[in-house]
Amino acid sequence: MLIQTKQLTKTYKDGKTFITALGGINLSIKKGEFVAITGRSGSGKSTLFHQIGLIDKPTSGTLIINGTNALILTEKEKTSFRLKHIGYIFQDYALIPTLTALENIILPLLMAGISRAKANTIAMQTLASVGLEGREKHLPSELSGGEQQSVSIARAISHNPTLILADEPTANLDNESSLRIMNIFKSLKSRDITVIIITHENEYAKMTDRIITLFDGRIEKEEDN
Amino acid sequence: MLPVLRVAFFIALKDIVRGNRWASVLTVVLITLTFVNLVIVSGILVGLIESSSLANRVRYSSDILLTPPTTKSYIEQSAAIISLIERTKGVVHYSTRYAEPAIITAGYKTKLNPKDAPDYARAIVAGIDPVRENDLTGIADKVIEGRFLKPNEFGTIVLGSNLLYKYIPIDSPGLQTLDIKGVGEKIRLEVGDNSKELVVVGIIKSKVGEIDQRMFVNANELRPLIRRNDLNVDEIAIQVASDLDVLQVKEALIAGGAEKFARIQTWEEAQPKFIQDIKNTFALIGAIIGSMGIVASSITIFIIVFVSAIVRRKQIGILKAIGINSNAIELAYAIQSLLYGALGISLGMIISFLVIKPYIDANPINFPFSDGIIATTWSSTLARIIVLFVATLCAGYIPAKLIVRKNTIDAILGK
Repeated sequence: MLIQTKQLTKTYKDGKTFITALGGINLSIKKGEFVAITGRSGSGKSTLFHQIGLIDKPTSGTLIINGTNALILTEKEKTSFRLKHIGYIFQDYALIPTLTALENIILPLLMAGISRAKANTIAMQTLASVGLEGREKHLPSELSGGEQQSVSIARAISHNPTLILADEPTANLDNESSLRIMNIFKSLKSRDITVIIITHENEYAKMTDRIITLFDGRIEKEEDN
Repeated sequence: MLPVLRVAFFIALKDIVRGNRWASVLTVVLITLTFVNLVIVSGILVGLIESSSLANRVRYSSDILLTPPTTKSYIEQSAAIISLIERTKGVVHYSTRYAEPAIITAGYKTKLNPKDAPDYARAIVAGIDPVRENDLTGIADKVIEGRFLKPNEFGTIVLGSNLLYKYIPIDSPGLQTLDIKGVGEKIRLEVGDNSKELVVVGIIKSKVGEIDQRMFVNANELRPLIRRNDLNVDEIAIQVASDLDVLQVKEALIAGGAEKFARIQTWEEAQPKFIQDIKNTFALIGAIIGSMGIVASSITIFIIVFVSAIVRRKQIGILKAIGINSNAIELAYAIQSLLYGALGISLGMIISFLVIKPYIDANPINFPFSDGIIATTWSSTLARIIVLFVATLCAGYIPAKLIVRKNTIDAILGK
C-alpha cells in the first residue's frame, strides 16, 4: 500500500465550538492507483487531501505514506518528504507568476539538488509530455487556464513523485482541456504513480480506478470503476 | 546547503527582474537616500570643524609650531634653533614671528572732544618676514582689501578682518573693533610704551581666528618697538615635506635640543582643545541623525517587505507545498534585500563621492568660521556601509521569516 490511514480525524475549533471535519477515516490506496475523492461541499474531501499532502496536521489517527509514519515528521522533514514523494496540483494552478513555464518546473528540481542543465532538460521533456512544447518561455499570465494547469501538472510530475495530489484540477477548465488533463493523469499509471484527485464532476471521477465519496467527514461509499 | 542557496538566488533574482518594479525602485531609492544622509550630514558637521582645523594648520601653525615655554616670554636661542631647523631633514619652509600684545587706535586726529571714547582695539601684532610667511601659509591670498606687506617696507600694517567693525558689526563692550573704512586709513600702534603711526595697506580674512584677530607688520618695523635686539622670536612655524611624518621632524628637533628653549607642538597639539571637542560632538550629532535615518529607512523597508510577503502569503505556502525549503524562501528575501542594499549603497556612494563631495570641495559652504567641506574617511564610510547592510538585511529577512514560519495550509488559504 502506498497510503494507509487509520482513524484519521481532524477537529477545528471555531470560537467555543469544535467542528469535526474528518471523523475517523480508514483508507488504503495502492501504488499506481488512480483515485477520485468526491463529496458535497463541506464533506471533508479538501481536509483529507491536506492531511495526505502533509500540509495540515490531523488531530489524531495514523497516516502512513510509502512506509513512512508521516505524523512524526517535523515541518522541515515534511517539506523534504513532499519534495521527494508528492506532486501537488492546485485548482487555481498555483504557478509562481514571476517564473516562466520552464522555470516553474525547474524550481523543485533545483531544490532536489539536480543541476541546472539537467533540470532544464527534464523540464523541457516534461513540458513536451503535457503538450506544451514551444510555450516554455511564457509567463503564467501569458498562458491559458488549460496551459497553466498543464504546467502545474508538469511541475508535479517532473521530479518523479510516487504520489500526485490534484485538488479540483479541472474546475476552471473547458471540457476539451479537462479531458486532456484527465488523460495525462491516466497515463501516469504506466509510470506506477499514484494519483488522487478531488472532483465533484462525476464524468471525470468515472475515468479513475476508484471513487471514494465522503459525507460529513466520513467515507460514505467506495466504488471501483 | 547548496540547493537552498541556488533556489534562494533563483527566486530572488527572478523576483527582482520580473516582480513589482516600483517596490524595488522605492526600496533602492530609500537605501540610497539613507546612505547619502549618513555620509553627507555627519560629513558636513564634522567637515565644518575639520576645515576650520585644516585652515588653522595651513594659515597659522603649519605642521609644527614652536612657542615660548610657559615660563618665558619669547623663544631664547632662536638663532640656534633656526639653524637646527634649517639643518633638519624634511623641513620645506619655516617662518619666524614676533608676537606682542598691542593697541591700535584710529580717528585720534579728528577727535574733537578729548572726553569722547577713543576708537581702539587690543590685539596681537605679529612682526613677520612677508615673503617667508607667505611661502609658508599663502596668507597673501587671503587679503580681501588692498595688498599684503612688501619685504622691508616701513610704515604699513595689515589688519585681520575681525579688528574692523565693518566685518564684525557687533556692538558689545567686550568686543573691540575699529570703526574705520579700511585701506588707506592711518592708525596708531602702541606696543608697551612705544607707539608709531602706520597706514593700513590691507585687510585679511582667512576664517582662522589666530590670523583674523591679528595685525601684521614687517619684523624690522616691530623689533625696535618691542625693544628686541637679540633676534629672539615668539613663534616659529615649520612646514614638513608631505611624504614625511610630522612626528619624526618633531623628534629630530627635540633630539637637537630645541625643547630646552621652546614648546614644540605638532599642528594637532597646537590646536585649541575645544576644536577637537566640537569635532567629537558634531560627529556624535551626525551619528545620531544618521542612526535615526537608518531606523526610519529600516522600518520602511520592513513595511515594504512585510506587505510584499503578506501579499505573497499564498505563493509562499505554495512554494512550501511543492517542497521548497523554508530556509530557501527566507533566504530569497534576504538576498533580495542584500541586492537592493548593494544597489542602493552603490548609488549612494556615486552620489556622495562623485557628485556631492566634489561639488562641495570645489564650492565650500560659506560658514562664518570655516569653509564647510564634507569630511569622510574610508573607515567611517565602510562602517556606515556595514551598518546599512545589516539594517537592510534585518528589515528584509525578519518580515519574510514571520510569514514563512506560518502553517503551510494557513498560508495557502490566506489565513
